[in-house]
Amino acid sequence: MVSFKLKDIATREEPFAQGHKMCPGCGVAITVRQIMASFEEPVVIANATGCLEICSGTFPFSSWRVPWIHSAFPNAASTIAGLESMYRAKVRRGEIPKERKIKFLAFGGDGGTYDIGFQALSGAMERGHNIVYVCLDNEGYMNTGGQRSSATPSGARTTTSEVGKVLQGKQQFRKDLTRIMAAHNIPYAAQAAPSKWLDLMKKAYRAFEVNGPAFINVLCHCPTGWHTDPTRGLEFVQRAVDSCFWPLYEVESGVVRITYKPRKKIPVVEWLKDQGRFKHLLRPENEELLESIQVEVDRIWNQLLKDAGEEM
Amino acid sequence: MEKGTLEEKKSKRRVSLTGDDAIAEAMRQINPHVVAAYPITPSTQVVESFARFVADGLVDTEFVATESEHSAMSACVGAAAGGGRVMTVTGSQGLAYMFEVLGVTSGLRLPMVMAIANRALNSPLNIHGDHSDTMAMRDMGWIHLYSENGQEAYDNTIQAFRIAENPNVRTPVLVAIDGFQTSHMVETLTVEPDNLVKRFIGEYIASYPMLDIDNPVLYGAADRPDYYMEHKRSQLVGMINAPEVIQQVGQEYGALTGRYYGLVEEYRMEDAEHAIVVMSATAGSVKDVIDQLREEGVTAGLLKVRAFRPFPAEEVAKSLSRTKSVAVLDRCGTGGAQGGPLFLEVRAALYEEKSPPQVINYIYGLGGRDLPLRHIKDVYLRLREIARTGERGKLVDFLNLRE
Ligand SMILES: Cc1ncc(C[n+]2csc(CCOP(=O)(O)OP(=O)(O)O)c2C)c(N)n1
Ligand code: SF4
Ligand SMILES: [Mg+2]
Repeated sequence: MVSFKLKDIATREEPFAQGHKMCPGCGVAITVRQIMASFEEPVVIANATGCLEICSGTFPFSSWRVPWIHSAFPNAASTIAGLESMYRAKVRRGEIPKERKIKFLAFGGDGGTYDIGFQALSGAMERGHNIVYVCLDNEGYMNTGGQRSSATPSGARTTTSEVGKVLQGKQQFRKDLTRIMAAHNIPYAAQAAPSKWLDLMKKAYRAFEVNGPAFINVLCHCPTGWHTDPTRGLEFVQRAVDSCFWPLYEVESGVVRITYKPRKKIPVVEWLKDQGRFKHLLRPENEELLESIQVEVDRIWNQLLKDAGEEM
Repeated sequence: MEKGTLEEKKSKRRVSLTGDDAIAEAMRQINPHVVAAYPITPSTQVVESFARFVADGLVDTEFVATESEHSAMSACVGAAAGGGRVMTVTGSQGLAYMFEVLGVTSGLRLPMVMAIANRALNSPLNIHGDHSDTMAMRDMGWIHLYSENGQEAYDNTIQAFRIAENPNVRTPVLVAIDGFQTSHMVETLTVEPDNLVKRFIGEYIASYPMLDIDNPVLYGAADRPDYYMEHKRSQLVGMINAPEVIQQVGQEYGALTGRYYGLVEEYRMEDAEHAIVVMSATAGSVKDVIDQLREEGVTAGLLKVRAFRPFPAEEVAKSLSRTKSVAVLDRCGTGGAQGGPLFLEVRAALYEEKSPPQVINYIYGLGGRDLPLRHIKDVYLRLREIARTGERGKLVDFLNLRE
């Protein structure tokens, strides 16, 4: 097993090199570094269009020291499935020795995963390719200026879910993609956050270890799209975890396991406050809206506890 | 040029196959590393027959039955970037659904072959043959080969790999057959021995395989305006080199099998004064009409376009320059252009001629509409009239349409 000691991680050569163009304090960049540090064997990457792709692969520069492909926005899952199929075909024909293990990893944003790439992802998971798909969920289409996605939390202001005289941000609750992926009965599905880095890295390690498709959904702070202080990103992500808006758990062979349980569950408002996109929710006239968000978060958290066989 | 051995000649098989099965048979012999596909009438039987080959262990292909054509083409992109032989099959709505990824394939210079059973596009929904699907993607950077019958479909599929993979081309190739007319028509054709096909296509050495993990490569970088044009210009080199390679491969294939291929095929054009230009299955009907008309003293001829992209303008101009009148038959609407896509190309190709023939355009066969021989005959009679009177009349018209 690869060492997760800080000293070892810090001295290992990083496949994702510095010099990329992600915004200062970007949670996507931190998450990618954590994922890439969680395994050693060779890897091939497919990246959906989005912040990570644009910021790490604009000609003539690249931040990738490993084979990497970008095709389009909706198809990271089907692209990596094709690569993995080619690998299997070549191993079968003896063109690649079978001892030569290669990992197949896809990165997509929440737009490229929850929305436009949803079908391709579902198909790839159902077909059982030996791939790991990591969703870098920053809760909106950030690369294109911060539009809503089905991962955007309710109440959030985005450029396509505006706050105005009659509307107060996104009207709908978010899609629970991690559970949907787990419902594919794949060997491994997990939810993680870069603020709990060891938990995230262990999940990435496990995702590669299982035989078959694995999915990890990571909440990544986005100072630019969330309108938050870029020096406090991990703190915000941790508040999402501690309020149980973003529970950390894994589903392996149908068994749900909560990997981190906040000692003291904080109110959802603690996660929403200090973020520009939620500012309007703190206005007195939106009290009911705020309350409905709390109710929904609690409902989903309680359901998860039940599924994990834990006490409420 | 290499010839087939005596033993190979003896082990040629004459078999009765549908056009779809002729393509599937070629695929079995080619044995691609990866086939990713999604069913759509009238090419479904290619996928089904191939799935049987996979189930019976007759190929060692990784067959990926995707959940959509978008994913099929995307998986093909990933697989081809991985560095092996890749093929898919589709048409019509399926091709339209792939559209986003078609330009990725050619832009990344990924050799692969796509078989198409041409079919009309919605709406109205129609499962029958016409060329509106592939014509809608004519400028996506793919090489287009059109086949007259099952034999050509088989031969083109095999040659397509050699063309696509040629280091000077490295461009994806589509092989089209007419939906139902060819895809479902049972014809007797020659199937070459497996080892001959294997020898002809040879080993494929991919240029920058992603699975060569010791030499990491990056596919699909973003370009700003400072590089995009240069990359698009360099992509064109494959197209520019393609005609020579298509002809050379067609000659090599001919030496081995006795069936030679070029960019275009001429039928009784040596002394033809009136010519029809057409692609795919209809060329067969036109040949029959020509034989009839020749007996009646009409100097009719046919120019069949096999390679539509890159468009063989020189060959077309050379062949038609000796004629007096030409009708281009397009199995695709005009979409508001000055005529059908084949017509636009042919007419432009003749622009440099000193005394070009009169050229008219007919739209025919949309959504599987039949084209009885008498309509083709009428076209030739009109062409003769145009040549006699010098009066061209209507530039674009329809054949066999109720108005
Ligand atoms: C088919 C298609 N539709 C729309 C776009 C425009 N587009 C590019 S990236 C993007 C949003 C990306 O959002 P997400 O996947 O969440 O990634 P992020 O940039 O937030 O990391 C959009 C809408 C596109 N490239 N392709
Ligand atoms: S917009 Fe957000 S996700 Fe994109 S690079 Fe900037 S901080 Fe990161
Ligand atoms: Mg996003």
